[in-house]
Amino acid sequence: MVDVVVTGIGAVTPLGVGAGVLHERWSQGICGIADGEGRCRDFEPTDHLSVKEARRADRFTQFALVASIEALASAGWDGELPYEPTRVGSIIGTGIGGIGTIEANDLAMFEQGAKHVSPLAVPLMMGNAAAAAVSMRHGLRGVCFGTVSACSSGADAIGTAIHSIRAGETLAVVTGGAEAALTPLSRAAFSALDALSKTGISRPFDARRDGFVMGEGGGVLVLENGDAARARGARILAVARGYGATADAHHLTAPDPGGGGAAAAIARALEDSGIAPADLVYVNAHGTSTPLNDRAETVALKAALGERAMQIPVSSTKSAIGHLLGAAGAVEAIATILALRAQVIPPTLGWAEPEEGLDLDYVPDHARPLELADGERPLAISNSFGFGGHNAVLCLEAI
Amino acid sequence: MAQHTSEQIEKVITDSLVSFGANAEDVNRDAELTALDIDSLDLAELSQIIEEQFGVELSGADVAEITTVGDAIDLVAERA
Repeated sequence: MVDVVVTGIGAVTPLGVGAGVLHERWSQGICGIADGEGRCRDFEPTDHLSVKEARRADRFTQFALVASIEALASAGWDGELPYEPTRVGSIIGTGIGGIGTIEANDLAMFEQGAKHVSPLAVPLMMGNAAAAAVSMRHGLRGVCFGTVSACSSGADAIGTAIHSIRAGETLAVVTGGAEAALTPLSRAAFSALDALSKTGISRPFDARRDGFVMGEGGGVLVLENGDAARARGARILAVARGYGATADAHHLTAPDPGGGGAAAAIARALEDSGIAPADLVYVNAHGTSTPLNDRAETVALKAALGERAMQIPVSSTKSAIGHLLGAAGAVEAIATILALRAQVIPPTLGWAEPEEGLDLDYVPDHARPLELADGERPLAISNSFGFGGHNAVLCLEAI
Repeated sequence: MAQHTSEQIEKVITDSLVSFGANAEDVNRDAELTALDIDSLDLAELSQIIEEQFGVELSGADVAEITTVGDAIDLVAERA
């Protein structure tokens, strides 16, 4: 079977602009959440994009564009595609799309009239805008679309990219996720669902957790056909070993408390990767800090991994940056790759009080070195679950 | 009506084009819009601004006739 490798990564997160700072700052125990939200405070679009590019893009698309610029540079593509452009795809997920654009134009319409709705409203709000903008920016002429599966959108984008490369449709795909939903409507809507933390603290798996903290950002990876990447002498960061996706078919927002769908997705990702639970050395959890998710995810990990679930570190990136919704799966896949490469497992920040049944090794307090036993390889899974019952699991191996 | 001087119209159009991303030093009456990287989406926005500011409604056919910055200024000045 074709192997799929990761040759480039880029990220914009509440911990800063750049993939490197995500791992470094999270490992140092720095939290990017302030005033109950994970905002990308360091992000200034025109530092990275032309005025025209920036104003032709909703904030979620800006995140995707800036992350893609870093990812392509890190893949060594240097302004020139290594493959025929129609064999290079752009698949970028988002949970909501340009909600800031929707809200601004809705306000203009009701306050000033329909004629004040911008001609840019549609091209900025559409959920495929990030995939389209990344394609245009870099001249990618292969498959190009967005994936929409709420908070598993980013992971499903990467999974879809893996399938596209394996099928021979593409030789490379620029893929990931982006979200910019720190807006009044989005806040009000998630609050109405009672999903957001009232304390504004993201502490996944802790007994005091009371909901998720919303964040924003984007993560983009360059995936390539392994043979093609090796032939061009690419620096390979990781192997995208496999992907498993299932649906709970249970409830519109609540996870199946039995974790059956999530466990099946984990099992499928391992099967797709050709590995056993005992081969894993780390789990990058979905870990949202909601009462229901963290319990169901713990149950699912135990069901899918058996004894191994109790033996390996499980930490949540959301403790450091909040929940990036449709960007989460992509940003967390990047965080997983960086943790495996550095052999440093970042902590679940804020975890202190155990809850009965939530008894995995959640990596409290501090980052810790990842010690590989003889014959162990740096293999991990990254979980993503979304409203609607979506479960998407990626299996990654650092090189 | 002539409530708006050609200078006022030129300023609004120039400022708009610059806000769309055109280089301020390149924007003059003779500059062609394509050379300023002004495209159909920019012209749709410009039409909206012109209607708001000067009450002049430009049709798609009107906009299609505009080649230079000066064309746009003259067309609006004629009708404002």
